[in-house]
Amino acid sequence: MKLFLLCFLPIIGVIIPSLVKGLGRSQIAFFTALLPAASLALLLSEMFAVFDGAVISHQIAWVSSLGLNLSLRLDGLAFLFAALILGIGLLVILYARYYLSERDNMSRFYSYLILFMAAMLGVVLSGNLIQMWFFWEMTSIASFLLISFWTHKSEARKGARLALTVTGLGGLCLLAGVILIGETVGSYELDVVLNAGDLIRASSLYPAILVLVLLGAFTKSAQFPFHFWLPHAMAAPTPVSAYLHSATMVKAGVFLLARMYPVLSGTDMWFVLVSATGLMTLLYGAYTAVFQHDLKGLLAYSTISHLGLITLLFGLNRDMAAVAAIFHIINHATFKASLFMAAGIIDHESGSRDMRKLNGLFRFMPITATLAMVAAAAMAGVPLLNGFLSKEMFFTEVLGQRTLGAISWLIPVLATVGAALSVAYSLRFIHDVFFNGEPRDLPKTPHEPPRYMRVPVEVLVAMCLLVGAFPAFTIGSLLNAASEATLNTPVPEYSLAIWHGFNIPLLMSAMAIIGGVLIYMSRKQLFRFQASFKEINASEIFDKVIYQVQRAAHATIDWIDNGSYQRSAFILSAFALVMLAIPISHISEPLDRLAHTEAQMPVIVGSILLILGSLATVLVSHKRIIALAMLSLVGLVVSIAFNFFSAPDLALTQVLVEVVAIILLLLTLYFFPQTTPRSATGPAGFARDILLASTIGAVVGTVCLLMLTYNAESVSQFYIDNAKTGGGGTNVVNVILVDFRGFDTMGEILVLGIAALGIYKLIARMRLSIRTRDAQGRLWSEDKHPMILSVVSQSLLPLALLISAYIFLRGHNLPGGGFIAGLITAVAMILQYFAHGVSWVSARHKIVYQSLIVSGLMIAVLTGLAPLIWGYPFLTSWFDYFTLPVIGKFELTSALVFDLGVFLTVVGSTMLILSNLGKLTTNQRLKVEQQ
Amino acid sequence: MEIWFSAAVGVATACGVFLMLRAHTFTLVIGLTLLSYAVNLFLFASGGLTTDSAAILGENTITSDPLPQALVLTAIVIGFAMTAFACIQAMRARSDSGNDHVDGKEQQESSTKTEAS
Repeated sequence: MKLFLLCFLPIIGVIIPSLVKGLGRSQIAFFTALLPAASLALLLSEMFAVFDGAVISHQIAWVSSLGLNLSLRLDGLAFLFAALILGIGLLVILYARYYLSERDNMSRFYSYLILFMAAMLGVVLSGNLIQMWFFWEMTSIASFLLISFWTHKSEARKGARLALTVTGLGGLCLLAGVILIGETVGSYELDVVLNAGDLIRASSLYPAILVLVLLGAFTKSAQFPFHFWLPHAMAAPTPVSAYLHSATMVKAGVFLLARMYPVLSGTDMWFVLVSATGLMTLLYGAYTAVFQHDLKGLLAYSTISHLGLITLLFGLNRDMAAVAAIFHIINHATFKASLFMAAGIIDHESGSRDMRKLNGLFRFMPITATLAMVAAAAMAGVPLLNGFLSKEMFFTEVLGQRTLGAISWLIPVLATVGAALSVAYSLRFIHDVFFNGEPRDLPKTPHEPPRYMRVPVEVLVAMCLLVGAFPAFTIGSLLNAASEATLNTPVPEYSLAIWHGFNIPLLMSAMAIIGGVLIYMSRKQLFRFQASFKEINASEIFDKVIYQVQRAAHATIDWIDNGSYQRSAFILSAFALVMLAIPISHISEPLDRLAHTEAQMPVIVGSILLILGSLATVLVSHKRIIALAMLSLVGLVVSIAFNFFSAPDLALTQVLVEVVAIILLLLTLYFFPQTTPRSATGPAGFARDILLASTIGAVVGTVCLLMLTYNAESVSQFYIDNAKTGGGGTNVVNVILVDFRGFDTMGEILVLGIAALGIYKLIARMRLSIRTRDAQGRLWSEDKHPMILSVVSQSLLPLALLISAYIFLRGHNLPGGGFIAGLITAVAMILQYFAHGVSWVSARHKIVYQSLIVSGLMIAVLTGLAPLIWGYPFLTSWFDYFTLPVIGKFELTSALVFDLGVFLTVVGSTMLILSNLGKLTTNQRLKVEQQ
Repeated sequence: MEIWFSAAVGVATACGVFLMLRAHTFTLVIGLTLLSYAVNLFLFASGGLTTDSAAILGENTITSDPLPQALVLTAIVIGFAMTAFACIQAMRARSDSGNDHVDGKEQQESSTKTEAS
């Protein structure tokens, strides 16, 4: 529970700044800091347990079947990072209070900052890989919001986009890697995964897992060649740079390396990928940092370089190197955060970050200058400061590695070069800014910052000094606990002494310092040399790439969908064909050996009629009304087929729908040209369509034949056995509809109702010309409502309704039911519209079809809900038999009520569609519009 | 018998697909209707073809499969709603754009103007 609070208190804290935004700036900062401080207190209360090697975990079950639980886990490594996140976070909150100006929206800034803090805590405290990934992505989003905090600056927006794209893409790779790990190990729980290292390394998926996870780590930690987003992220307010881009977010990548160290390290592939990337990054970052004129740019590249150093250490496959890496993570966080804050102070109090203008500031801000100089010295690795200790360990470890055989000496040499460059840019930071003449055209006269703005820097610099002077006392237990958690094995013996005697690492340090001074002295020549290269702006390249990607995407979309339905339909049909053809091409059973039954005469005649009808529909499709006649022939044959093959319900439904559908199509045709002009599709298109259509037809026919001759056990016996006993009906089809699969039916009438209402809305405000002549140019008949039809239809109506009621009531036991009865009623009513016209009918009844649909749906839903009152599941049916005098024994069933809902919905939908469509053909519509 | 039935389904499918690939909305709706006939027959066939054995308890020995029948019954009604929706969309498209082409080419229907009253 403690752990839960520790992780989730900051998330609640996200809203606090916006709750107190009416208060003064100091109060906002104070209230914002409360929850992280509480979190830190909780964390520290677990300190001794964690230092003793305990792993505290807390789980809340969520979707256990998918391996998704809310799982928190606090070990030494997580403790170290959580302490950095919360501790430096609190310092940054204090610092930002003074850094942000009156114009900045402070509560928004703090909300984003706390969101980031919560996400970052989530990453390090997660005990589940998927959950960790989730928080990982959240840090990318929070970082996007923070970098683009000054939304009016275009470079801030661009930098934020760049950072989000790079880290976001890396995050997706990480997700893929995590899923592969989960597939290999069978669990996403960290406890399981950490002990499955051998399994993963032996798996054939190992290379893929490694590359994907490393892509995630390298993009986040700005490793070469993904480093380019970090310098652009410097457009963020400096507190953000101090927090995200030195101490925490970029450390998430190396955190991942540490977390996965017991699982993924120890192979040659790990060594090659990780150490080579780290070395490249170390050198490239350090070299580029020397040439930056922007104070924050220098720090950004130096951060890249130090992250490279940490990565290199992890890549060496040596346990002690991992310990050194952890140590350097701590040290780098302290000195780099304080340097960023110092840079922010300089920027804030002098108005510039350009080192060509900033000179001789020592005179104006001696205290800040001293603090910055100490931190920069730590960065350079000067003895008695913390940076020196981890750098010594680094040298020791690169000297010790032997994986490259005879050329192993190369790594220590390059490491020394990197260290020398690091000394050079640290020297530049110190000498150029605080000494080296007078400031040049600064917007403001520099001065010391407000007292409390300097406190965070002082705290961090004090830590640099303390750790540098008394390493074992200050940091020993923490480092030990974190290292043990990283290695997942006991930590090898090592000593945190300041003095190890005269040895090669010390010599390398000395060479690095001398080399650094020499590089700095010859900086003029170096700058001239560097100026001869063209500068590459990652942001511009990124824009170009994004533009190209967008263009390619648009081109692809245009190619697939150029606005032509024909083209889309062709592609879709072709795709469907491929998907159908692939599986059936694997069926080796020869068709002629499959079981057949003797063809009966009606089947042969029916099939021939259906084939001829279909072909005729196509052949006369340009004469639309004749095509409709042919189509109705097909529909009729289909309903006869249903009847022939023992499906009376289907036959009834089909023949009724046939009537309604043909009326619908006739009404539609009224608004269209009566003939189809000879298509613009050329002969080639024609041939292509015929080929595709006939292939699809052939494949579907084959599948149909295979299905018919395949002896499969049907699931339907259950329905047949239980229809009477469980559903109280003998018409199994109807019992399935209203009882067994009642939920499906409910969905279907819902779709029907929605379609009808959608059509109703589409018809409204439709402006179509009414034609006065038919295709041959003849006027329509004057006798719109022939008398015989009127009389007959009127007398038929009660009869039809009676039949409808009869069909409805018997539906549960004999062919019939809500669908069929509804259609009969609809047809009977449509006949009235036909015979008398829309205005005549609407004057005689007040039925609002929309309400009919709604009440039908309501009845169906309420019938479904009713059983809940008695504690039965949704849509449980009920039936019983009663005896009344005269009438005799009869059955009452709740399914009948449900069927009434179906009935009403079907009547309402059909009538809503057809009556409104019919209204369009009359001039009544014009009257409505005129009103 | 199965061959005849399958052949009919195949031809109806082919005709339906062919009409759905045409360039005018009305032809397309006809194709859709034809295709839905074929699909309903196809789905129905998944229960096998049996004669004189409707799924009514107590009247005969049931050898037909009631489940595909129930599915196809709702499919017929939904199919009608879908056809209606396609019709109205075709009309609306004609009302809004002035023609009934679906080949993506902007062209005025020559007959629209002359036929309008």
